[in-house]
Amino acid sequence: MGSRLLVVFGFLAAIGVAWHGPFPIFSQAVAAETGQSGRVPVPAPARGKGDACVADTDFMRRNHMAVLNHQRDDTVHEGVRTKRFSLKECIDCHAVNGADGVPVTVEDPKHFCRSCHDYAAVSVDCFQCHASRPDTAAMSVSPDEAAALSLRTYLAGVTR
Amino acid sequence: MGRAMVRIIYREIAGGAAFWGPLAGLGLLILVGLYSAWYMEHYGHIVTGMGNRIVWGIPHVFAIFLIVAASGVLNVASIGSVFGRVPYKPMARLSGLLAIALLTGGLTVLVLDLGRPDRLIVAMTTYNFKSIFAWNIFLYTGFLVIVAAYLFVLMERQMSPYSKPVGWFALIWRLVLTSGTGSIFGWLVARQAYDAAIMAPLFIALSLSLGLAVFILVVWTICRWEGRELGSGLLSRLGRLLGIFAGVVLYFTAIQHLTNLYSAEHWGVEAFLLWDGGVYPGLFWLVQVLLGGLLPIALVFHPKTASKPGAIVSAASLVILGGLAQLYVIIIGGQAYPLVMFPGMEVHSVFQDGVIASYAPSLPEFGLGIGGVALALAITLVGMKILRFVPQSLADKTVDPPPAAAEAKAA
Amino acid sequence: MNKLGDTERPEVADAREQTDVSRRAFLRAASALGGLALAPGVTLYAFGQEAEVRPADQAVTSQHRWGMLIDAGRCGDGCNACVTACADEHGWDADAASPTDAHWIRKVELRDPEGGLKRTLPMMCQHCASPPCVDVCPTGASFKRADGIVLVDKHTCIGCRYCMMACPYNARSFVHEPLADQKPYAPRGKGTVESCTMCVHRVDEGRQPACVEACADTAGGAMLFGDLNDPDSEISKRIASYATVEIRADLDLDTGVRYRNI
Repeated sequence: MGSRLLVVFGFLAAIGVAWHGPFPIFSQAVAAETGQSGRVPVPAPARGKGDACVADTDFMRRNHMAVLNHQRDDTVHEGVRTKRFSLKECIDCHAVNGADGVPVTVEDPKHFCRSCHDYAAVSVDCFQCHASRPDTAAMSVSPDEAAALSLRTYLAGVTR
Repeated sequence: MGRAMVRIIYREIAGGAAFWGPLAGLGLLILVGLYSAWYMEHYGHIVTGMGNRIVWGIPHVFAIFLIVAASGVLNVASIGSVFGRVPYKPMARLSGLLAIALLTGGLTVLVLDLGRPDRLIVAMTTYNFKSIFAWNIFLYTGFLVIVAAYLFVLMERQMSPYSKPVGWFALIWRLVLTSGTGSIFGWLVARQAYDAAIMAPLFIALSLSLGLAVFILVVWTICRWEGRELGSGLLSRLGRLLGIFAGVVLYFTAIQHLTNLYSAEHWGVEAFLLWDGGVYPGLFWLVQVLLGGLLPIALVFHPKTASKPGAIVSAASLVILGGLAQLYVIIIGGQAYPLVMFPGMEVHSVFQDGVIASYAPSLPEFGLGIGGVALALAITLVGMKILRFVPQSLADKTVDPPPAAAEAKAA
Repeated sequence: MNKLGDTERPEVADAREQTDVSRRAFLRAASALGGLALAPGVTLYAFGQEAEVRPADQAVTSQHRWGMLIDAGRCGDGCNACVTACADEHGWDADAASPTDAHWIRKVELRDPEGGLKRTLPMMCQHCASPPCVDVCPTGASFKRADGIVLVDKHTCIGCRYCMMACPYNARSFVHEPLADQKPYAPRGKGTVESCTMCVHRVDEGRQPACVEACADTAGGAMLFGDLNDPDSEISKRIASYATVEIRADLDLDTGVRYRNI
């Protein structure tokens, strides 16, 4: 019995070594993607804007889902719109620009959330409804733009 | 009690090609249903015929049919346990199995049609108890547990004294459940075709009628396949009961429409459903009333046909057809007729206000609905194979031995 | 760089001042443009009241009850300004007319068969005080906020569409296909139900709903937004001074949206 167990464990260990050792293709591919040269692939999320996140990296890694869940109930039901744990603010800070300088959506693997979530194979439900990148247009509109927008709206209505 | 105590023997159904063949066919249909559900969830409901005016379509017709029939099929067991009718007692186990199977099939269709079926956990843990829909979710899942308990006390000999109280509990639970299903429509004040207290008792009658029809079809089919005797007296008895239930359904339907016809406010929707609404009057008069109501009643009561098993089985099939048509007219016809927001005015907008909404059912919807039916039948088939649900014989002399013979034996 | 942290109030005040400044500048620009384009006699009364802004960390209360007053007599036949404004604000297509396309607000044309009189008015979620959609939602996703705005919590919505069956105004839409690039302040997604939010993201900042703003700036000025709980608000004064009705008043839903000249 004991020797059989040893054989099984030995076999599994051999597979593990073979996977990462003499057959470097897999680890090389992951290394290229994550920018690591070690054997164990780790995600490398892009840095956000500014000096630091709204809370410790460690805290955020473990608890970001909990604080987002709590915040969303507060915002939707109570109208509390504090910025610290607002999803919109997270996305504003953690936007990753693509090749054209425009922030990428969640479709792109470079998206901040995907860099860890792809690795952990935890699907992100938020972006079925939420925008995954900051809205570059409508929110902060200068007076001239606002006037133009308004006139366009009126003209669109009149020509119907 | 002058009856001889004939012991009913239950036996699993046989295996072999007669089991695996139909099971494979049902399995294929279930796969079609699952694929349809995935297709609808992945691409969104735009691939279906449902829209912002007709929000519930063919999947809901099938789902509500299965759920309503599930509640009614248990009636066969209730007649035995609660009302003490001896000939019904041997059929109680199969009745319980069918209740669980049909409800599971119906709930599966309902859940898989949700816009967010991945949020089933939310639906099962977060309740707004002002919603009759929430109550239904709670009642349906509770029903599964209660019928399982009911089957346990029916099938475990030492628990048989409990079959009457558990039977009562199950009876009351399903009356509440089915009234709740009817009230899903009856409590909608917004729509001309709903907003009626009579929807609750109508659905009770519908459940009794559809449940018994399904039971007749299943018990007749399985007895034929297995070569087990099904007494023509018993079958005729079930048939006559079916006729009474179908008559009650016709009665409540008549009262519902006559009441609406009496108020000018409802003339529009009644004209639409009963006269000029295209497919809806056709389904109502031809399929629901004639084929699904009057013809089966004639078949089960007319002296020439009342004792023929073929006629009884045909009547059951017709009742099922009529029930599907009735649910189609209620669910889809009720949504097709526009809301009356400005009484007396002609209304027009880009959002289909003021017009009859058109509905063309799509293939994924049928796939899902039929998949649910197949799931229900597959559960029944597997259940009958694994456990002893079906009596060895349902011959007249076995289930309902005549008292004279017993006295002669005793003498 | 945004200072993210616990110092909320100075930011909010800054934002308000910015909005006030830009709003005044905009008014100047708009009235210059509008003088040429707008019909004579239209009063831009929508900007009369300034709702005080609730601090971001404070929960909403029933102190205010937000409502709208729509004068169908001022609503232009063929004008779609409110619909276009809402569509632009929230990211849906105002021109789409298939049964699966969402409409948070729509123009309804009425015609009296007795005499042929025609009227037009915008129709949206009526934000009832006793909303049937809230009653029937199995998970409680459809809910009424303390200040009267009826919303769908899309995190809890399972997409059963029962609220759409129950709504007496057909105000709700179901999202029938996957969406992309939603507006950050108006999340909407496949498989959930949505409807007019009375621009709750604007109201929480002390602004007007987009439709009311568009109607006031560029069209007939038929829509007025305000606090029904405040007897001194413009909307309350008008409701007290002339006859207004709720649509389907017989259902006794006490809607937040009232109409005149239907």
